[in-house]
Amino acid sequence: MGKIIKIKTPVTTETIRELKAGDNVLISGVIYTGRDAAHKRLVDLIEAKEELPVDFDGQFIYYVGPTPVKPGDASGAAGPTTSYRMDPYTVPLLEEGIKGMIGKGLRSNEVIEAMKKNGAVYFGAVGGAAALIAKSIKKVEVVAYADLGAEAIHRFYVEDFPVIVIIDSEGNNLYEIEPPKYRAI
Amino acid sequence: MREVKAEQIKETIKDLFLKANFEIGSDVLEMLKERKEKEKSEIGQAVLSQIIENDIIASNEKIAMCQDTGYAVVFVELGQEVAIVDGDFNEAINQGVREAYDEGYLRKSVVEEPLFERKNTKDNTPAIVHLDIVPGDKIKIAVTPKGFGSENMSALKMLKPADGIQGVHDFVVETVEKAGPNPCPPIVVGVGIGGTVEKAALIAKKCLLRAVDVHNSDERYARLERAMLEDINKLGIGPAGLGGITTALSVNIEFAPTHIAGLPVVVNICCHAARHAEAII
Ligand code: SF4
Repeated sequence: MGKIIKIKTPVTTETIRELKAGDNVLISGVIYTGRDAAHKRLVDLIEAKEELPVDFDGQFIYYVGPTPVKPGDASGAAGPTTSYRMDPYTVPLLEEGIKGMIGKGLRSNEVIEAMKKNGAVYFGAVGGAAALIAKSIKKVEVVAYADLGAEAIHRFYVEDFPVIVIIDSEGNNLYEIEPPKYRAI
Repeated sequence: MREVKAEQIKETIKDLFLKANFEIGSDVLEMLKERKEKEKSEIGQAVLSQIIENDIIASNEKIAMCQDTGYAVVFVELGQEVAIVDGDFNEAINQGVREAYDEGYLRKSVVEEPLFERKNTKDNTPAIVHLDIVPGDKIKIAVTPKGFGSENMSALKMLKPADGIQGVHDFVVETVEKAGPNPCPPIVVGVGIGGTVEKAALIAKKCLLRAVDVHNSDERYARLERAMLEDINKLGIGPAGLGGITTALSVNIEFAPTHIAGLPVVVNICCHAARHAEAII
């Protein structure tokens, strides 16, 4: 297995360029959430050349729609959603300075090319490990689009949030590297 | 006639959705452990450990094992000697869903209309209810909160009768291959064969209510389930799609009579969060 690397957000392009597909990364600091509906609104704002509700420069976006927070807990269950639905909106966000995306599943070539160009990585969190992942989320705030409920943009304060680098900034892709080793058909 | 109060149906539905979202079935948990021992990929083993740990946390702390707490799908077998009194049957089911998703801090993931506004109904209703009238004076209720990461990877194909066993086998394996990492492997694969378009889909969904360690009672179909599972686990996709020999936990087939000219097949994929619960009133 890859190395274990600890990083803190926001990050610089240099930090990102050092991460390699297969590295296990523990993220601390702030990460922002966003899924289908929030992405659409953000990209509409970018197209209209209006200001975004969050400064994404050097930040990570996590594709998740968490469950409501139970009283006494810091966070609801919060595992990744399938990333390809965000592909049509991702390139403009990478141009805005987003340095990392956290999700699960495949990405389009267009997204991968934009990641290489802008110096960004795609992290995978384990889909369906939502209760476990929630343990590393220390505080949750809604920062924009509260009307979207679970789909609002949240700010998560995380400590050692566990992810693995799936696609690095050179375009190396763990989904293409690992499965063929076990293919026997 | 035996009388059953609508209130009791509501309570049962509520309990079942809470249970299904918090507690993974022991069949799935045992299978995950067994597969972890056999998994050859180190990353794959690490992913399976995370999933097992996750499921234990969820059930101990009564929080959702996955944040996608699903579309509420309900199967009811209503004994024809039962009269439902003091309320509306459908409303009782929806109220049960509403209360479970509210009180259990479960995510509300239903939009009231699919194309134009996609406005969230905010209480995870309406449920999808499949009703069967059966002999007897009992009500059997089975629920499955269905996540859409895996639902989206499902597929339908109207095969030709001449495509036969091999045709069905290949379609199932191809569908899983195309899904790759998206449906949160290791998955449970429901396969409905026969009937009409909607019947094949319905029995494919029913497959997902079956325990992962139980095969079809028809030995021919049980053999097919094993053969498909073996080929799926040779695809290399592995846990979370990061490589390995555990892509599926089980393949469950249900079949139905069909037309002389047809061979409908539906593959309904479910993730490792293979949630289902049932009760008899
Ligand atoms: S596919 Fe299943 S495990 Fe994965 S996010 Fe959806 S509900 Fe959860």
